[in-house]
Amino acid sequence: MSALDAVVKPKTKRAKRFLEHRAPKVNENEKNTILVKGGNASDTVTKSLRDIYSLKKPHCVLYKKKNMTRPFEDQTSLEFFSKKSDCSMFVFGSHNKKRPNNLIFGRMFDFHVLDMIELGVEKFVPLKDFKCSKCPEATKPLLIFAGDSFEVNEEYRRLKNLLIDFFRGPLVTAVRLAGLEHVLHFTAVEGKIFMRSYRVLMKKSGCRTPRIELEEMGPSFDFVMRRTHLASDDLYKQSMKRPKAAVIKKKKNISQDTFGTTYGRIHMQKQDLGKLQTRKVKALKKRPADKAGAGQESPKKKKLV
Amino acid sequence: MAAISVEQVLAQAEKDEAEKLRRITVQKELELQYDLGNMLAIDPNALNERDFRQQSREHLHALARDNTQLLVNQLFGLPCERVQEAVVVKLPDCTTRLPREKPVPKPRAPTRWEEFAKLKGIQKKKKTNLVWDEVHKQWRRRWGYQRAKDNTKEWLIELPVTADPAEDQFAKRIHAKKERVAKNELNRLRNIARSSKLGKVPGVGLTPTVQPTKSELGLAMQVARRSTASVGRFQDKLPREKEPRGTGKKRKFQPLIGDFSAEKSKQLEMLKLMDSKKPKLDVTRAVNRQMREEDSEAAAKRRKSQKPGRGGKQGGNRKGGKGAKGGKGGKGRGGKFSGAKRKSK
Repeated sequence: MSALDAVVKPKTKRAKRFLEHRAPKVNENEKNTILVKGGNASDTVTKSLRDIYSLKKPHCVLYKKKNMTRPFEDQTSLEFFSKKSDCSMFVFGSHNKKRPNNLIFGRMFDFHVLDMIELGVEKFVPLKDFKCSKCPEATKPLLIFAGDSFEVNEEYRRLKNLLIDFFRGPLVTAVRLAGLEHVLHFTAVEGKIFMRSYRVLMKKSGCRTPRIELEEMGPSFDFVMRRTHLASDDLYKQSMKRPKAAVIKKKKNISQDTFGTTYGRIHMQKQDLGKLQTRKVKALKKRPADKAGAGQESPKKKKLV
Repeated sequence: MAAISVEQVLAQAEKDEAEKLRRITVQKELELQYDLGNMLAIDPNALNERDFRQQSREHLHALARDNTQLLVNQLFGLPCERVQEAVVVKLPDCTTRLPREKPVPKPRAPTRWEEFAKLKGIQKKKKTNLVWDEVHKQWRRRWGYQRAKDNTKEWLIELPVTADPAEDQFAKRIHAKKERVAKNELNRLRNIARSSKLGKVPGVGLTPTVQPTKSELGLAMQVARRSTASVGRFQDKLPREKEPRGTGKKRKFQPLIGDFSAEKSKQLEMLKLMDSKKPKLDVTRAVNRQMREEDSEAAAKRRKSQKPGRGGKQGGNRKGGKGAKGGKGGKGRGGKFSGAKRKSK
């Protein structure tokens, strides 16, 4: 929330909640995505945007009208859209003679473009063309990246990071084993990137872990990488900053055994056992005569006796 | 016979077990990297391009199956629990670092009051929400609707002795309240302006205004004239042109509250400056000077006391003309003193 937003006070509780939801948070919400169609978009581009929309639902907004803009030349309108619909990921689809069937995958930081990678669609099979049952909407997919390019090449590495960010879905602490239904497989080979989407079929194997069979569910893309716009090092570093409150500090001197009992280690000063109060018995009580005698004797002598 | 059959059964069971394991194991040249928090696997093995070109679809399918099997094996190995008739595994934290969506939230800058309160050590005191209202004989809220001792609901106000009887006391009260609200809003805006870097417009030149006044235009002209390499030294003046007023520096005062250490250092600096006008005492130099003076005095005294005995001799020499021997002797004895003496005489 910038300072200008702070000047205008929200008039209702609802407006206040809305602004709070949009303000920067320590633990962030899931990133939303906008899908924007360019001034000219082919049938392939339109359909692929629609299929990406069905993969990304419900954290996604599909812009259905044309938008005459070129993200690699002028990013302002995209930044405006992202601010408008509070989305930090975007896909921009366009089609022209020089770059046919073009999809630009990108992400924002603080409503400014961080990374943008242009992928050309060489081959596309839409979701509808696969005649099989699909997995339910908003299933968290298993992501797999294959190919040594994803390790070696800097641009591919960033693309991998971008795609993980794009497709990973909500952050969860636990997952239902029977709900592992959807796999997105990215393969980089021969200068192309193959994106395939499969449905998981779990077969009995006899052990606890099932044998996996896959069934292609669609959509499937064959991408080629075109232009890229990667964030500068300092901007990227700034975007990777973690708030201090989010980093959990390890608590010292607390341990747990196998039964879950918590133990604490306490450090304390050595106790002076000479001053320890024992049971009060009359026989042990010091008589006044004894006390007087003890007073006259030197402590050294007392030790000897 | 029975023993053999048991062995057979065991061998068969072992074989079955191996077969089952074979169905869910996959051999890879390089190990996969996993990020189970994101349910992500990365296969760094390079693909066989020739095989791939021949049967790309089948090859991709087989590769995806193998990788998925490996990832699922890992996920099934995680600690699991049963939640409402569903087996659920706990995912570990994500290891892949991804950039944030928005910058890290900054703490709100303290307001002017908060700063002052901190400086003075004023702490917030919690007041009770309910107060006893004598008029209604019940506990009521301190603030807001139906509050206790609500002075806007009074039907009669006692006229103060000093007040003008014609003045409407009710209207006065409402006006005062409105003033307080406005003041609070102004202070809120001021606090925002103070905490943000916004609103620091350069105060010189022709700032965009709807209708610039004469003085603003004059100021802009003055600035433009001075914006040359020679700071406007060689700029011509119009006939009968006056210097614009109010272009000099304005005095700026330190804030009343704030940095005490800066204030202290400033005061000390000033004291030092004032002290620098006084002559300073260089102790070594003064001591040296004193010693030299004492020496010279002592020397002078000695000469005076020795003068009758030696002085005659010397004088005789001088009187007796310029004998080579005598002249030499005089010099050897200490020409300096003699010279000084001559001067004093």
